[in-house]
Amino acid sequence: MIEVQNLTKHYGPVTAIRDVSFSVAPGEIVGFLGPNGAGKSTTMRILSCFMPASGGTAKVAGYDVFRESLEVRRRIGYLPESVPLYTDLRVAPYLEFVAEAKGVPRGDRKKRVADAMDRCRIADVQNRLIGKLSKGYRQRVGLAQAIVSDPAVLILDEPTIGLDPKQITEIRELIKSLAGDHTVILSTHILPEVSMVCSSVVIINKGAIVAQGPIDSLVEQFFPTARVEVEIAGPPPHAVRDALRLIPGVVAVSDLPSSDGIGRYMVESSRGRDVRGEVFLLAAQKRWDLRELRRMGMTLEEVFLHVVAGEQTAPEETP
Amino acid sequence: MKIWPIFKKEMRLYFTSPVAWVIMAVFLFIAGYFFYSIFSYYARVSMQSAMNPMGGGGLNVTDGVLRPLFSNFSVILLLMMPLVTMRLFAEERRSGTIELLLTYPIRDGAVLLGKFLAAFALYALMIALTLLYPAIIWYFAPLEWGPILTGYVGLLLMGATFIAVGVFASSLTENQIVAALVSFLILLMFWVVGWSADFADPALGRVLQHLSLTEHNDSFAKGVFETKDIIFYVNFTLVALFLALRSLEARRWKG
Repeated sequence: MIEVQNLTKHYGPVTAIRDVSFSVAPGEIVGFLGPNGAGKSTTMRILSCFMPASGGTAKVAGYDVFRESLEVRRRIGYLPESVPLYTDLRVAPYLEFVAEAKGVPRGDRKKRVADAMDRCRIADVQNRLIGKLSKGYRQRVGLAQAIVSDPAVLILDEPTIGLDPKQITEIRELIKSLAGDHTVILSTHILPEVSMVCSSVVIINKGAIVAQGPIDSLVEQFFPTARVEVEIAGPPPHAVRDALRLIPGVVAVSDLPSSDGIGRYMVESSRGRDVRGEVFLLAAQKRWDLRELRRMGMTLEEVFLHVVAGEQTAPEETP
Repeated sequence: MKIWPIFKKEMRLYFTSPVAWVIMAVFLFIAGYFFYSIFSYYARVSMQSAMNPMGGGGLNVTDGVLRPLFSNFSVILLLMMPLVTMRLFAEERRSGTIELLLTYPIRDGAVLLGKFLAAFALYALMIALTLLYPAIIWYFAPLEWGPILTGYVGLLLMGATFIAVGVFASSLTENQIVAALVSFLILLMFWVVGWSADFADPALGRVLQHLSLTEHNDSFAKGVFETKDIIFYVNFTLVALFLALRSLEARRWKG
């Protein structure tokens, strides 16, 4: 549904993205991850036909965003990061304007607008001026604006930013409910959100893609071992490490930082093998004081930190 | 061409914000003052000439009231139209709404025309309200409606050029004040260029005179449709709109 090939964008001397390639299958929800300034918004602006790329091609629904921009624009719903809205319009007339501008036939317009307001839960503010709404409501008006024409592709730049936890959950449910008949690409830096909503991710850093694929396979790709955190008080660390290494299936044992003199270790074993039972038995047999035994969840967050390691302090500004 | 939704949106924005109301009120206040002073001056002059057995021959309402009134209008409009048009694109840029607007399936040209026509409709409404002044004259004195008709057609044509220049200026910047100043500067230049005609050599002077925006309005006020004046205004409007379209499209150029 979305095909991006070798996309490059320069702003004057600054290269915002270079050689970005990825594709999104129909009906999929893809999370677009990256630290601030990585090029997420730039890519989305190109996909939404707001600005041209300096090089490479991007196709949405089979149409080139540069040469067949009108065809692409008929099929997308876009929500920019800043949620730009006409503050002097009221909610319902604004959405009617958007529906008309996006070519929703006259007969369907009222129904589509009502439907979009329902789904985004803004029906109760439909007669208010947009400028008088709270940030959460504006965000949802922006989302309603994107879905009002029922587009095949949704491009959402940080759709849950600035919402309270309850609203975030609602918006996530809404986005999830769009999967299937809509293709969604959404950017965010809230990682748990991605695991909850998206089927696969594209991670971008400093303008280049550093990892992409379904979340599970990414985790496996970057962390081939299962990890267990063990806390044992008392015996000297080297004795513990040696003993732990002898457990069948264990491939590595290393120290974890500890503050109170209690030894903490990370035991890595081949994937699919749970060594916790054996660690417990070992400690019992040696009469060690086992304080904690915990499987370390290998999450997307760790993948993310791993691939953009050292880049979390990138400048805040998105160009 | 989806001009209509843009037109409707712009009209809504003009009238839900105080912009349209304030501009119309200010314009009518100033225009009303000019009408009052011109009309009362004319009344005084005609009174004097009625008492003077020798004079009073050349007086008529068209020349005595309407022509000066229309020429005053053109100056007021020159000052006010930049304020009507400044927000059209500059505000969308400032607030970022242009990012959404230009990703809707509407051609740049339709966006431009929708905005131009909305400003023009507001202008036409503003001008139409001044029809009250001829109506007042008509109550007191016989009136030729022909020159009034041509006068108003002239005002509409001239207003279209003002608006087109304003739309162009607004498309250049995200700052409304800069937009207003740029369009004011352009309009002012094309107004005063006629004045220097007297000092230039005759051939150049004719060219300069022809370029003057307000110069072309006078024949309409006299009740004459001059093809050259109509063509001048139409061309001026088209060129300004064309430049505005280019400036909008510049964003889509590969960089």
